[in-house]
Amino acid sequence: MSFINYSSREINCKIVYYGPGLCGKTTNLQYIYKKTNPEQKGKLISLATESERTLFFDFLPLALGDIRGFRVRFHLYTVPGQVFYAASRKLILKGVDGVVFVADSQIERMEANIESLEDLGINLAEQGYAIEKLPYAIQYNKRDLPSVAPLEEMNKILNTNGVQWFEAVATTGIGVFETLKSVAKQVLLELKKHY
Amino acid sequence: MAGTDLVMYENEFQKIDEELQKLHQQANANVVFLVDKNGQLIASAGDTHNIDTTSLASLTAGNIAATGGIARLLGEKEFTILFHEGEKDNIHISLIGQRVILVVIFDQRSSLGLVRLRVKKTSEVLTKLFDEITSKAEKEKLEGKVAESPFAEISDEDIDNLFR
Ligand SMILES: Nc1nc2c(ncn2[C@@H]2O[C@H](COP(=O)(O)OP(=O)(O)O)[C@@H](O)[C@H]2O)c(=O)[nH]1
Ligand SMILES: [Mg+2]
Repeated sequence: MSFINYSSREINCKIVYYGPGLCGKTTNLQYIYKKTNPEQKGKLISLATESERTLFFDFLPLALGDIRGFRVRFHLYTVPGQVFYAASRKLILKGVDGVVFVADSQIERMEANIESLEDLGINLAEQGYAIEKLPYAIQYNKRDLPSVAPLEEMNKILNTNGVQWFEAVATTGIGVFETLKSVAKQVLLELKKHY
Repeated sequence: MAGTDLVMYENEFQKIDEELQKLHQQANANVVFLVDKNGQLIASAGDTHNIDTTSLASLTAGNIAATGGIARLLGEKEFTILFHEGEKDNIHISLIGQRVILVVIFDQRSSLGLVRLRVKKTSEVLTKLFDEITSKAEKEKLEGKVAESPFAEISDEDIDNLFR
């Protein structure tokens, strides 16, 4: 649910990074934060536990520029991945305009990826969204680690709809902006359809 | 897409802005602002330049969402008012018409009683305003009428330019 303000000539869109615990969602936001100019970003807010694991959400407002005289702002959120934060995840998906699913490429995390993806589908459906209709991209993160699943296999399991996907190493930034750009673009094109 | 996008035009925005200015004055508040339930700032009044309003908006919405979740667990529909008391500043948060969140930050120059009273008045006016905005948007959608949209012409190039 974007918010278009003709008075201040601004448009705000909400993008949520979803995925299992420790797959690298917060790291994506940290990299984006590090690499954007100060005038383009707000504070990176992390509601985290003492062990730095996301408790409620991370939040990063980004204003990348103007389109046709409108300031385009993206509000990036991450969800807490741990199973017991299910209620928080639902809340964060409210009013979402686009989703990035971050998968952990390590073979031993495949189960967790599948579980998280199912959880995403259920939570979206509860709010009347269908994942096939939503601006959506998949990121296969942690490609730098030794025990990663082949991309082909990951696509077969996690990308049955054949959406845009990206290889990433969020810690060094590989694939981070490519993923964001893909989903941001879809969100804006969606607006074009509606307005 | 589920739900409708919130579209706000100049004259509606002005009315909302006026209401907030009025509340800011009459409640003797430091700052007043309006946020949508998804965490986006709609408008503000008062001295905001020492405040990170974007983050505040997002966290306020998170706060309302979390307490809403707690309410449902307890069988309540929603808690419509939240109040946090600090050493200097206090924050009064209220839900308006299930849709938007009104936030008032005040200190000892005002009081909870006064803020409550004024917020109640403002809520009534804003509820009406937002009802109007919604019915107008629905009507326009029905009639297939959409104001000259800046987005109809978005090109791939425009989008690519954002990521330079
Ligand atoms: N090797 C490697 N580690 C990563 C990568 N992305 C994230 N990490 C690490 O994985 C851990 C969890 O990341 P975090 O972003 O907190 O995960 P979140 O739970 O999804 O938010 C951290 O120690 C990160 O440094 C990556 O691409 N490669
Ligand atoms: Mg995290």
